[in-house]
Amino acid sequence: MVDDRLKGYRNIARDVLSRFKVGVWSDVEIEATNGRFRGLILPRSETADDAHVVIKLITGYNIGIAAASITNIIEHGRREAKYKIAEQEFPTDPKKPNITLFGTGGTIASRLDYRTGAVIPAFSPGELYGSVPELADACNLRTEKLYGVFSENMGPEQYIKLAEKIGEEIAKGVDGIVIGHGTDTMHHTAAILTFMVQNPPIPIVMVGSQRSSDRPSSDAALNLIKAVKVAAEGDIAEVLVCMFGPTSDQYDLLHRGTRVRKMHSSYRSAFRTIGDVPLAMVDLDGIKELRDDYHRRRDDREVTINTAFEEKVTMVYYYPNMKPDIIDAIVEKGYRGIVIAGTGLGHINKPIYEAVKRATDKGVHVFMTVQTLWGYVQMYVYETGREIMELGVVPAANMLPEVAYMKLCWTLGQTDDRDEVRRIMLSPISDEITDREPYNGYLIFQGAIPEVQEFLRTIKR
Amino acid sequence: MKPFKSFDDMTAEDYAAIGMKCGLEVHQQLLTTRKLFCRCPAGQYASDYDAEILRHMRPTLSELGEYDGTALMEKKTRKNIHYRLHRDTVCTYDIDDSPPFFPDPYAIDIALELSMMLSLGIVSEIHIARKQYLDGSIPAGFQRTAIIGVTGSIPYLDRRIGITQLSIEEDSCREVSDIGHDRVYLTDRLGTPLIEVVTDPDMRSPQELAEVCQVIRWMCRSTGKVRTGYGAARQDVNVSVEGGTRIEIKGVPQITRIPLLAYNEAMRQCALLHIRDTLKQRGITKDTLNCSTHDVTRALYRTPYEPIRKAVDLGHRVKCVTLNGFAGLLNHPTQEHTIFAKEFADRVRVIACLTKLPNIVHSDTASEQLTVRDWKGVRKRTQAGDNDALILVWGDDADTTTACQEIILRATEATIGVPSDTRQAHKDGTTGFERVLPGAERMYPDTDLPPMTIDPERLKRIRSQLTTPSWERQERYRKLNIPKESIEPLSASPRANLFDKLIDDLKVDPIFAAVVLMQRFKHFSREGLHPELLTDDQIYVVFEAHTQNKLTRRGVARTFRWHLLATKHNHDDAIDIKEVAADLSAKTYSQDEQVSIIAQTLEQTRTIEFPDDGALHRFVIGIVMREVGSVVKSNKVLSLIEKTLGSHGRKDKQEEVA
Repeated sequence: MVDDRLKGYRNIARDVLSRFKVGVWSDVEIEATNGRFRGLILPRSETADDAHVVIKLITGYNIGIAAASITNIIEHGRREAKYKIAEQEFPTDPKKPNITLFGTGGTIASRLDYRTGAVIPAFSPGELYGSVPELADACNLRTEKLYGVFSENMGPEQYIKLAEKIGEEIAKGVDGIVIGHGTDTMHHTAAILTFMVQNPPIPIVMVGSQRSSDRPSSDAALNLIKAVKVAAEGDIAEVLVCMFGPTSDQYDLLHRGTRVRKMHSSYRSAFRTIGDVPLAMVDLDGIKELRDDYHRRRDDREVTINTAFEEKVTMVYYYPNMKPDIIDAIVEKGYRGIVIAGTGLGHINKPIYEAVKRATDKGVHVFMTVQTLWGYVQMYVYETGREIMELGVVPAANMLPEVAYMKLCWTLGQTDDRDEVRRIMLSPISDEITDREPYNGYLIFQGAIPEVQEFLRTIKR
Repeated sequence: MKPFKSFDDMTAEDYAAIGMKCGLEVHQQLLTTRKLFCRCPAGQYASDYDAEILRHMRPTLSELGEYDGTALMEKKTRKNIHYRLHRDTVCTYDIDDSPPFFPDPYAIDIALELSMMLSLGIVSEIHIARKQYLDGSIPAGFQRTAIIGVTGSIPYLDRRIGITQLSIEEDSCREVSDIGHDRVYLTDRLGTPLIEVVTDPDMRSPQELAEVCQVIRWMCRSTGKVRTGYGAARQDVNVSVEGGTRIEIKGVPQITRIPLLAYNEAMRQCALLHIRDTLKQRGITKDTLNCSTHDVTRALYRTPYEPIRKAVDLGHRVKCVTLNGFAGLLNHPTQEHTIFAKEFADRVRVIACLTKLPNIVHSDTASEQLTVRDWKGVRKRTQAGDNDALILVWGDDADTTTACQEIILRATEATIGVPSDTRQAHKDGTTGFERVLPGAERMYPDTDLPPMTIDPERLKRIRSQLTTPSWERQERYRKLNIPKESIEPLSASPRANLFDKLIDDLKVDPIFAAVVLMQRFKHFSREGLHPELLTDDQIYVVFEAHTQNKLTRRGVARTFRWHLLATKHNHDDAIDIKEVAADLSAKTYSQDEQVSIIAQTLEQTRTIEFPDDGALHRFVIGIVMREVGSVVKSNKVLSLIEKTLGSHGRKDKQEEVA
């Protein structure tokens, strides 16, 4: 068994610590060839090298000392870190709506362990109340941790359980559901939940944070407060994503689960509705709807839960010079469906036509979406498009590639019939395909243009 | 309490008697082209901006699941923080919308070099930490910082001053304004690399503080790798007296301001301890303290005191805190021209955001503001006795509620002694409350960047190019009799290494070399020339010509001046300073030629009346030297002039010529 007192230390660093009979949490004075250092020995990160010993100085700083340079270590005592997160009882008020918060991973609120840097998530109602007391203004809160995974590790198993859990909560009579989720694949989960949980009577709000909750500038608490507000007081009974509108602390936007996409790797305002406008703005004062074509909150407990899911579906991001063997390999491996993200209006190159034809002939369902994200697949405009359709590729209108992927998984989980698959895919459930793209559905401003600069000067974005 | 002696009268013994201890945290910006954790340019300041964003700071839980005192304080202020962005100086990292890039390696090199000069133990692996700042001065809510070295010392008088540590960190925003609940920052300075040198509390008087600060500043400058100019170096001054507590005075830009600030802080701590003892004598301790808050708006509807009347007209509230047994103490002096009441006014300003001054009125200065009738009404409503002090605040309901809580909190602290504050430095040498002093809990590891190993080869390279510490140079210069005013600037000058070469290798007269490099060059700068553009090699060859007797001292200065003038007016063409020197030294003058020039000059001066021969000599030598001075020494010319005029006197000579 690995000696816990040398946690994370390997090889030379481990040898040095053993030689001087010290370990993690020893309060030590280290004599090294390049100076003397006094501090507390910390556990070593598993991914860090084996050549250094890390200590925390009295000032709170950490430093690393090369194990090879250490000539002596004197132990003055031991101070083990004990983690505890303060809990305060979450107040209940019979007049307030009951909200269930599901945790899937990521941290909404957390306490950081200063000695190791480990993030300890706050998740129980008591812990959350301790760090975000504003939550109690809007609701009575129940929390349930379903998983502790990074969002990139969410998959069919998690989607299905989440959908079933939502169904149970609705049946129990809660007034709204909030789902804490990592941001990377939040829009994938939002899309699949929209298909799996149809016609819910209450808001189902997904929320996360772009800046971790252990920092004072985090968007986590503000997003959570607003998401809870939407779940408790809002009138929109759909699967929603609630994230920062601008990078400034002003309001969050409510995005429909099928039209939202993470559009920046790190900005607070990364989530955007694509090819349409968001449903509402929400700030600490209230919810301001931006359109009225949404499903209203209802008192009944009706909901359709359909957790069908076919895992053998893939997405191909087309690039010039793509070779047919890629498509053949996918078919050979037994995939049942392919979503292509094509160029422009939905195109791929001639050399792979034959491979696509072989795929559709074998009964593989192939749908076309656009890499441009904004705009419709329009395969009649150019001859290329018409040729591709003749291969059996079905244009998926203005469905976002990731949404089309999730929908094809869900559809193929229900049927393999060519016409039925096509019918389900092209019948919108919640605006994954829209009839029209509004004139203000595509706004990517370019900096340095005088009028844009004027806008940025006057509007806090 | 004995009256505190004036600043000028305080002696080292007086400071020893109150147990004064001081330390420094010297912040020095580094001369890099880019910012520390992003690739934005460093050192570009502009007050205009292209965009603004709004943020709020939210305290995060501390280690025990509690909020840090500073964090809580900032939360109470409910500040809207506005950042002004200029497109040339800010990127998404600065506004906390992007993770950091790896730190500028050159900045780390400079920090390593300075650590070596301070004889610190150098870390083998750099761990970036986050230091929380909730005032908004950094959009992330924390500053990225890392220790480079610990435990060293520098010489001072006959002892050594301990250096606790040197860290590298990113600079904060520049504050534009802080009014009410809105604080505005410029983000151009944000992210500029700087080092922080922390000393042990080894200084015993305000004067020692300033002197040690100067030593550290010269040391930094001697590398030639730090920024200079207003705000490029700022220090935090830590002061405590016996029985008091460590108080940090933030961001003092000028060293000359340090002594008075430290003096005032020492005086303030002594006064606060005295106030505590007085309260104790009156039977008031933390546990027996009795304060209450009252809404007295109605009692002051008709007050003639304008600030309150205006507030009442606006529908604001006037609230009164009664401090039982505090009567008379609010007038107690705490700093020069400052009384105890300001401790309360400061808290109300900073935490309750009642920033328009005056923001409080208190019963110890009764007559000046409110009328006797007003006070009577207030006392009646609050049922306060003669031994009680009253403090009034006015403003909106939420702010006055916060203000009253803060007043009571400050009164509680008065029964304990000196509260742990971070204080701001005022121009008049006094300090004001800035925020609660944060603890070590505000440090936590940065999870965005991995630890970075410092390669021993890198240390070796830096050590081999290390500048001699300025204090060692100064010692040497004193022995060489360099003019006093040039010793410190030269020791910290980037030309110091060159200076050593000139006097060691070329055997140039040290005083002459120092005068040229410091005073002459300064003179050139005043003329609008740019001597800083001369490379060390260029300067070296000119001095070399001098030691080979090709140029006189005058010739050296003239070469530099002509070269600088020529460079200034010929932007495109590089001018070889060797040619300038060669041109000047090429023309030689035989003794006969010199005599002939002297004769010509005398001819030109024939009609001028001189008071005496001395004046005539000086005039003639001036004109002659203008022509031959670059290559002929003045004493030679002078003796020739004397010889020519010599025994004949001027008249004879004139006649002869005639």
